[in-house]
Amino acid sequence: MKLTLKVWRQKDGQAKGKLETYVLDDVNSHMSFLEMLDVLNEQLIAKREEPIAFEHDCREGICGTCSLVINGQPHGPMQKTTTCQLHMRHFNDGDTIVIEPYRAVAFPVLKDLVVDRAALDRIIQAGGFVSVSTGQAQDANAIPVEKDQASHAFDAAACIGCGACIAACPNSSAMLFTSAKVSHLALLPQGKVEAKRRVLNMVKQMDLEGFGNCSNITACEAECPKGISVENIARMNREYLSASFTSEEL
Amino acid sequence: MKLDGKVPAGPLAEKWTKYRSTIPLVAPNNKRRIDIIVVGSGLAGASAAATLGELGYNVKCFTFHDSPRRAHSIAAQGGINAAKNYRNDGDSVYRLFYDTIKGGDYRSREGNVHRLAEVSTSIIDQAVAQGVPFAREYGGLLDNRSFGGVQVSRTFYARGQTGQQLLIGAYQSLSRQISLGSVEMFNRHEMIDLVKVDGKARGIIARNLLTGELERHAAHTVVLATGGYGNVFYLSTNAMMCNVTAAWRSVRRGAYMANPCFTQIHPTCIPQSGEYQSKLTLMSESLRNDGRVWVPKNQEDAKAIREGRKTALDIPEDQRDYFLERRYPAFGNLVPRDVASRAAKVACDEGLGVAPTGLAVFLDFSAAIERYGKSKAHATGLHDVSADKIRELGEAVVEEKYGNLFEMYEKITGENPYKLPMKIYPAVHYTMGGLWVDYNLMTNVPGLFAAGECNFSDHGANRLGASALMQGLADGYFVLPYTIGTFLADDIRTPRIDPNGPEFMKAEQETRDRIQQLMSVGGKQSVESFHRRLGKIMWDYCGMSRNADGLKTARKMIRELRAEFYQDVFVPGSANDFNPELEKALRVADFLEMGELMILDALDRQESCGGHFREEYQTPEGEALRDDANFAYVSAWEYKGWEEEPELHKEELVFENVELKTRSYK
Repeated sequence: MKLTLKVWRQKDGQAKGKLETYVLDDVNSHMSFLEMLDVLNEQLIAKREEPIAFEHDCREGICGTCSLVINGQPHGPMQKTTTCQLHMRHFNDGDTIVIEPYRAVAFPVLKDLVVDRAALDRIIQAGGFVSVSTGQAQDANAIPVEKDQASHAFDAAACIGCGACIAACPNSSAMLFTSAKVSHLALLPQGKVEAKRRVLNMVKQMDLEGFGNCSNITACEAECPKGISVENIARMNREYLSASFTSEEL
Repeated sequence: MKLDGKVPAGPLAEKWTKYRSTIPLVAPNNKRRIDIIVVGSGLAGASAAATLGELGYNVKCFTFHDSPRRAHSIAAQGGINAAKNYRNDGDSVYRLFYDTIKGGDYRSREGNVHRLAEVSTSIIDQAVAQGVPFAREYGGLLDNRSFGGVQVSRTFYARGQTGQQLLIGAYQSLSRQISLGSVEMFNRHEMIDLVKVDGKARGIIARNLLTGELERHAAHTVVLATGGYGNVFYLSTNAMMCNVTAAWRSVRRGAYMANPCFTQIHPTCIPQSGEYQSKLTLMSESLRNDGRVWVPKNQEDAKAIREGRKTALDIPEDQRDYFLERRYPAFGNLVPRDVASRAAKVACDEGLGVAPTGLAVFLDFSAAIERYGKSKAHATGLHDVSADKIRELGEAVVEEKYGNLFEMYEKITGENPYKLPMKIYPAVHYTMGGLWVDYNLMTNVPGLFAAGECNFSDHGANRLGASALMQGLADGYFVLPYTIGTFLADDIRTPRIDPNGPEFMKAEQETRDRIQQLMSVGGKQSVESFHRRLGKIMWDYCGMSRNADGLKTARKMIRELRAEFYQDVFVPGSANDFNPELEKALRVADFLEMGELMILDALDRQESCGGHFREEYQTPEGEALRDDANFAYVSAWEYKGWEEEPELHKEELVFENVELKTRSYK
């Protein structure tokens, strides 16, 4: 099929970017979206032009490296699908596709479609862990965890840290990302001990990074490639409130 | 030079415990003065960096990703083995040790493997304490499943995302150390050379991938946890950026590369669909718990399926050949990976393949769906239910077990695997070979350690499923933090290493020259096109089966390709900038050298064992024919120079506890 691509090109963080138009004549519908970009890049290289920079790695939808806003949607039109798992069979001959980087104050553009998502690491560093050093653990079966509870924790832990929730949110809020980690650990007995400290510190860091507030639009959930539920945000709010009132550290 | 694996003496089961108590310690006040570089942030790197940080060392950890959470360990699906014997099915440390030695076709060290089995149980404890949400049963205790080459259920799992959950666990521990300041994290930094001072590994040259700047980083010791080299085949299940550069650059600085020809071809991957394809996707081995592998019995049916005139559903039961169950009744569909892959290749070579390319076999869940459906109906008190209802109930159970894998399959192929069997074909997945290390995980270069997939240590000629996660975490959490003391205890008086010393300046200049060389070729062909051609040579001649003539041809072809690369490659952009094409070029340049070494090693090893199948050495039934009298050794290759023959060193493998037998899964 024939496609017209409008792709955001930006030399670096300081330069001004703009959409460039490229036409691809022979796109196979079995290709993945990123393979389609690979083909375009090969053509650009053959013309001795600089290829489009975009991030990707596992191409299995699990590492969270790929991003892109495709026709206004982070990771494109398919629900619960990362860009790397999106295939061209979901597009039609003659389509025009607009490809942009994630847009958020806390995600500065580095080059073309590549943004800096280090803010998410810093949120985890603020408390998204259990303080247990290697060797301190007791037997794995010492504390039974109710199956459904473990399953809910897993659902939250399935977050791949890609940042689509932030790109989807008009406020560029990182509530879904942060709440997924808060929930994952708060739901498990191993994580309960430092739950208060965790939620307070992570929310504080989230605000420091310049992410916006949540106004219950829930675009984050709709665009999340792993289907992380906004229930996690409710849980984080509850955890945060209760920690704010009861934590002795305040 | 005679290679000494330094396995401690004494009874097998006591070696590690006794040895661990005698390893020299570094006192806490001295740890604070010691710097350690860890390259890589996957399971082995993140767990090592976090644990070394907890112990009080100053750690610098490097990843080429934008975040340590992206390493390819994250893509491991099926599970992690541990000899917990929670199922009471006869598992034990010894049995895990024995299965691993046998699964590796008797080409690994007894002492290392037993240690791995011993610490396996602590890994599960540690992961649970970190909040890794493993699958549980209604009683709240941990669930298990089975993996290939094994007759017990010892695999712990977190749906089909076990690697992700374990890596996030390690990443969280690493994040905690970063926040405490004991680990300094360098994202988007790729190691492109090793720096030795007075013969000891004392630092690295890293390229800041954002700015293109070369940086000199010094430390008392360097730990590589940089993964495998499967991407030498271009198409593999590895992530796009996985590469051999850190390991290969260390080889160029004197480290030995061990058993490079031992590559694992995983039987259950989604078949290739076109020339533009950039990578292959694995379907977890756990699927073979419930999926049955088959091809049509006759070529006519296979042809009809290939041409779209028939589907799997049109082939009656008696016209199907469940070839794994037929050939290997004792293990059936759960034979080890090398065995299953070869059997699939044999079926396709006989013209029984079921994809348009002729390269695929079926992985069929209908029997499991029916079995689970009946069981579910029974459990919920439903009687006289229709076949459709049973399928529906069964599909729900299968979805709970493998939902994300089925979803991924459908996304990639556009076919619904609940209704039609999956089509699968073997693909390169893991490399058992890697940097030679002794029992302490130290390479032959003093001060250079290697952990996880980038060392050769534990899997012999074939790795069992769910053992990569186990080994990566064993090395990082429970082995290296102790054994690194053997080197560091003599270094407590060594002052901080100076990154401006002559050795560092020289290595930086050499790297700069190398980059300049690549940038200035200005040829016509893209880096990608060279990589694709290299991959094809490797797959055709050094893939699932190998022979001397083919290997010799391939060696010649690779040398020619390498020469062409340096004459005609085109790297766009600039060296002082964010330039993914340059990153690729540096990696492909190293793959072009590594590929040749793999071929040399495959030529040298005139036997078939595990993932290494030499056509000249097989039984009349087509099974691998090992030669213990002549090849029970680890091959360790020393780099001698650009056009020189590398030198082979042999570490004889000593088996004191297991009897070397023909590996049979029949």
